[in-house]
Amino acid sequence: MKSNDVILQTVTKIVTFIILTFAIYLFLAGHHEPGGGFIGGLVITSALTLLYLAFDIETVREGLPVDFKVVAAIGVFIAVATGMGSLLFDQPFLSQTFGYFNLPIFGKTELATAVLFDLGVALAVVGTGVTIILSISGDA
Amino acid sequence: MFERILLMALFFLTISILVGLYRVIKGPSLPDRVVALDTIGINIIAGVAIISILLNTHAFFDIILVIGILSFIGTISFSKFIERGYIIEYKRDY
Repeated sequence: MKSNDVILQTVTKIVTFIILTFAIYLFLAGHHEPGGGFIGGLVITSALTLLYLAFDIETVREGLPVDFKVVAAIGVFIAVATGMGSLLFDQPFLSQTFGYFNLPIFGKTELATAVLFDLGVALAVVGTGVTIILSISGDA
Repeated sequence: MFERILLMALFFLTISILVGLYRVIKGPSLPDRVVALDTIGINIIAGVAIISILLNTHAFFDIILVIGILSFIGTISFSKFIERGYIIEYKRDY
């Protein structure tokens, strides 16, 4: 029987962008509200899982030619490097700082160094999650 | 009065989740369990919404979206497993 996935694939093309937008919102909200790098990475992983479900591994690999084990390693490196960076300023390991800057569009904005650490956590979670899903999905 | 109505709704949603849980455990076939799991997810979303009205906060709206996304993906993957027998294929032939 010839399979037909038109509805699933059409819905996926729209819903993936909604989920990725929500993931970026969660990632940036993680300072004063619920959210952060871990849950942002998990939501990005679920968006990629939806893509893998609707299409196949080969198609997604063509559009996103990334080895996710390398992504996990880069994420852990970024997280540890931002932790070590505080040692350069004679502060304890993993200490953070923040400041207020006047950006062109956003106006007065709070920029924190914890976002860099969160970026490392998010990349590590995305790499680990996608690697696990591709490993247990059988014929990878 | 309004709070009592919300508590009653929460009570009946809990009963509905329990009935769905019975169907998940006892359900004779796999599609019954999948539909019951989807129903439980929707009931949990409604329960979180009612709780956020009761507590007069908007901190739980993210949770509603996350539960919705996870329930959607879970239902799709179960449906594809029932229909095809596999979930993620390496290269599709159509």
